[in-house]
Amino acid sequence: MMFYPFLIEVLQILIILAVAPVFAGWVKMLKCWSQGRTSPGLFQPYRDIVKLFSKDVVLAENASWIFRGTPYLVFGVVVLSGGIVPMLSVDLPLAATADVIALVALFAIARFFTALAGMDIGTAFGGMGSSREMTIASLAEPAMLMAIFTVSLASKSTSLSQMVQVVYSGQAVLRPSLAFALLAFILIALAETGRIPVDNPATHLELTMIHEAMILEYSGRHLALIEWAGMMKLFLFVMLGIAVFSPWGIAASGDLAAIPRAFLFMILKLGAVGAGLVLIETGLAKMRLFRLTEFLGSAFLLATLGMLSYFILE
Amino acid sequence: MNTNLAAQINSFLAAMILLTAFGMLVQRRMYGLIHLFAWQGLFLSVSTAVVGFVAGAHHLYISSILTLSLKVILLPYILHVLIQRLKIHKEVETIVNVPMTMLIGIALVVFSYHLTAPVRELSTLITRSTLAVALATVMLGLLMMITRKHAVTQIIGFLAMENGLFFAATSATYGMPLVVELGVALDILIAAFIFGIFFFQIHTTFDSLDIDQMARLKEED
Amino acid sequence: MTAIASLLGVAAGGWAVGKGITNQIILPLGLPDLLFHLRLDPLSGFFLVVIGLLAFFVSIYSLGYVKGFLVHRSITSLVIFYCLFLAGMFMVVLADDALFFLISWEVMAAASYFLVMFEDEKIENRRAAFLYMIVAHVGAIAILLSFGVLAGLTTGFQGFSGYTFDAMRATSFPLGWATAAFLLAFFGFAAKAGVIPLHVWLPEAHPVAPSNISALMSGVMLKTAIYGIIRVAFDLIKVFPWWWGSIVLIFGLVSAVMGVLYALMQHDLKRLLAYHSVENIGIILIGIGLSMIFTSFHMPLLAALALTAGLFHTMNHAMFKGLLFMGAGAVLQATHERNMEEMGGLIHKMPWTAAFFLVGCISISALPPFNGFISEWLTFQAFLLSPSLPSPLLNLLIPMGAALLALTGALAAACFVKAFGVTFLGHWRGHHNPNVHEAGWPMRIGMMLSALTCLGLGVLPTLFIEWMDVISEQLVGAKIATSATGLGWMWLTPIAHERASYSGPIVFVGILAVVLIAYILLHSRPAAIHRVPIWDCGFEKINQRMQYNATSFAMPIRRIFGFLFSIKEQVRFVSLFGHKAFPKKLHYHLRIRDLFWGWLYKPVVDVSFWISRKVGRLQQGRIQVYLIYSFVTIIILLVFLG
Repeated sequence: MMFYPFLIEVLQILIILAVAPVFAGWVKMLKCWSQGRTSPGLFQPYRDIVKLFSKDVVLAENASWIFRGTPYLVFGVVVLSGGIVPMLSVDLPLAATADVIALVALFAIARFFTALAGMDIGTAFGGMGSSREMTIASLAEPAMLMAIFTVSLASKSTSLSQMVQVVYSGQAVLRPSLAFALLAFILIALAETGRIPVDNPATHLELTMIHEAMILEYSGRHLALIEWAGMMKLFLFVMLGIAVFSPWGIAASGDLAAIPRAFLFMILKLGAVGAGLVLIETGLAKMRLFRLTEFLGSAFLLATLGMLSYFILE
Repeated sequence: MNTNLAAQINSFLAAMILLTAFGMLVQRRMYGLIHLFAWQGLFLSVSTAVVGFVAGAHHLYISSILTLSLKVILLPYILHVLIQRLKIHKEVETIVNVPMTMLIGIALVVFSYHLTAPVRELSTLITRSTLAVALATVMLGLLMMITRKHAVTQIIGFLAMENGLFFAATSATYGMPLVVELGVALDILIAAFIFGIFFFQIHTTFDSLDIDQMARLKEED
Repeated sequence: MTAIASLLGVAAGGWAVGKGITNQIILPLGLPDLLFHLRLDPLSGFFLVVIGLLAFFVSIYSLGYVKGFLVHRSITSLVIFYCLFLAGMFMVVLADDALFFLISWEVMAAASYFLVMFEDEKIENRRAAFLYMIVAHVGAIAILLSFGVLAGLTTGFQGFSGYTFDAMRATSFPLGWATAAFLLAFFGFAAKAGVIPLHVWLPEAHPVAPSNISALMSGVMLKTAIYGIIRVAFDLIKVFPWWWGSIVLIFGLVSAVMGVLYALMQHDLKRLLAYHSVENIGIILIGIGLSMIFTSFHMPLLAALALTAGLFHTMNHAMFKGLLFMGAGAVLQATHERNMEEMGGLIHKMPWTAAFFLVGCISISALPPFNGFISEWLTFQAFLLSPSLPSPLLNLLIPMGAALLALTGALAAACFVKAFGVTFLGHWRGHHNPNVHEAGWPMRIGMMLSALTCLGLGVLPTLFIEWMDVISEQLVGAKIATSATGLGWMWLTPIAHERASYSGPIVFVGILAVVLIAYILLHSRPAAIHRVPIWDCGFEKINQRMQYNATSFAMPIRRIFGFLFSIKEQVRFVSLFGHKAFPKKLHYHLRIRDLFWGWLYKPVVDVSFWISRKVGRLQQGRIQVYLIYSFVTIIILLVFLG
């Protein structure tokens, strides 16, 4: 039916806007629970965003249009990316707009502009955040590409719908190349979304910040947009991993009735991944900046092993 | 189980063996090395058992149990005791830094794949694709011996090499004759004991097991 | 007078675009002693368009830029050599025989030498031009030898008629000689293109030239070398083994990675851009190398994809590198500073320049929706198709190349965050108060046209690929347009649409739409905006020297990749009371050298000096000795020829 793709797209955009803060809240809740503290509640991120929207904006005197425009651009790019990752259904029309390489590039635009905004004000912290963020990104890119390459070897495509289709219709049981690619993807996702052991999202010490340092000067609705975009980015990376490596439960093409069931599966998988994320975050410590070469080097190594095992063992 | 599933399981285990070999290459902590070695032995014994089941080569069961008892239980235990008795420092230095070691490792894997390509064409066994992994494990074990500065890691590298050889034997010819395997296993055991004795001796002489210290053992003029 | 140059540029651009790429016309033009052959075929036409288009933009820009020089010196020589330079480049692309090719090559090189030397009162400018001349001539000798081999083989070393390209096309060459010819040609063209390790002249010559010249040199002169490589490999020597393509690919990868790493270490804006040219030439060579590998395995469709990626990147690079150099020129003219570490905050005083420079930065970092992304995307797709190669070794090694390309792209983005951020954002870092003003209107128009082209190529790549398709059909025997535009003009789907697809217009419109909606929905709230001094953690004595500058931005990358350079870092601490807790002054000295000087050039120079010293013994200075030389030579000749 004609309006099915349109419906799916709208649903996905709504989901990414609405569910991403809940996911962030869930991770925070589990973390507090595992550390023996009382959590602020599952919906606290909503309250934070609403509060920030109602606050005044405080801008530095020399903030330029780049600084003021970056929050909107970052928000827009991340929402657009949300329309590309299959969450509910295999048949996603906008997935033909941009394949997974373009998706990585869309995240790169957001990062580029955030880094520029960090340098815009002219404080030392902003420059420090930008510098570190771009370094980590450049180390993570080869690993990311290798992981994409490995998955695309199996599915003979870089289009996300196609990848999901191939893994879903399933002879992907026990493929070592995909297993390695999954491990590599987990490491890369930790680096790109700025979680422990790469970057501590809850730190208050400016010298340990990477992502936070770039957005230190933002306030009011700008900060609300950036925080929301950050939550959406984490959500998207998790959904990307779920979609490519374990898409079971997703609705097949054109199957309208299966959408609620797909939604339920999605929530369950999110919950599980959130728990896994909390395990990693509480179990590991943040690494020194220059130890990250080893960390991302291992990600690259795993991805390369995945590619090699595709040729050697399959 | 049919041959297809067995081949898949075998491939998966081969990938795990390769992963543990790389893990040993980059691991810094002593206990971590021993645990990885134990895991490698475990994967190896399971793989041998699977091949034995599918190919109907029952002597492989004995090899599998032998590997399990020696490489997964006995040898790691001995090494553990060794480290505790000698109060060895828990971290290992490397000659080349870690990312470079990884890159060299990848190059070795590519090389061994290229080398075993002709064999792959000719073989008819279900384990033919794992020969490259076996050869790579041998080379990675040797690389580990070269790039580490501590005597205990050298034995672990040596034992990893032997793992690789054993795996190669399984993949190429469904295992060596049982007599040969028993002989090799006994040799390894004796070697481990002798290593232990020597380490005590070296430790009392040099007060450390760092290989750089042993560079003094040459003719000076 | 510059109006004449710009009119020439316009005429050339318009004519080339008009003739474009549908027909193949052979025009042998006879000139007095030897016949010069000219030929306009799709490949030439493509390069004519690239050269003409950028020349057009730069000519408009120059109208405003040279005003800055009028104060100090006359610009007659600039104009004359500019016209000669353009003419030389056009002739190179049109030449159809070896003699004319080399003559136009020399014209191009000589004209650019004089252009580089334009401000010749500074000794480093003269040195840079001299170095450029030497490397250009070494390259030219190699190209000459290569053509000599090809021409000789055509006629079996008998006559002189083999020098036309048509004759060369018709011959099939034995592998050994063909390899020699290809390697010589590759060496020669690589010297001109700035491929590592023959790149050392690039970062010296491009910064000292006037910026409009740098834009042209970086944008199109390097491309004539690419034209040469494609012409020799695909057109003249049509059949080749796979390892030729591998050599090109490897040099491309090395140039790309090392180029961007060196660029990251620079704090001179134009030197940084020059090293980036090295990197982008590397990326173009990656595309061409892949295409050669696919061709040698008889996979024409994939070869067409790779070749299209390489040629698309050629066009893109001309556009965005020209734009970036034009922007750098505007900054240089306004601030009289090339050192980024003395700049900052220019976005407030030069908003237009900043905006256009930003477009250039985004394009070169390969970010959608601009054009750099399209060519890198196509190159990645070509890489991802390599598993269909029949050679297992190549199957394993080529993906590593893809990973290196990803590394290059990410490092380039980092470098341009640094370049834009340090130059335009923050506060002014210099010591004296600058008196900067926005660039003049001609300069702005030149930059704006380039920026619009970048956007256009990024949003509508399918049109460009359709237009360009004839080239790949001619050279490798397959077109990709039928599959690439199979779903219509909006979607770029190389090979097959299940494989990968990208829609430039939709991404562009999508980003705009979401941003606008977000802005409208969220901006209209009545919350106020307060402007306050920057947050200083309560420190109060914060000043503009505390900002991050170029060196500090690149520090993590310098630490990580430092083993590839020779870096000397010196920190000297002057303290009160002789104790570290009371610092008074800190001296920091950083010196980074290009490793290739020590490895390659110094030994070569030492050997040549040694040889010349030995030969110099012949020059005794006394007349009797010279007379003895002549006498002995006469006797020998009489003996052997008598």
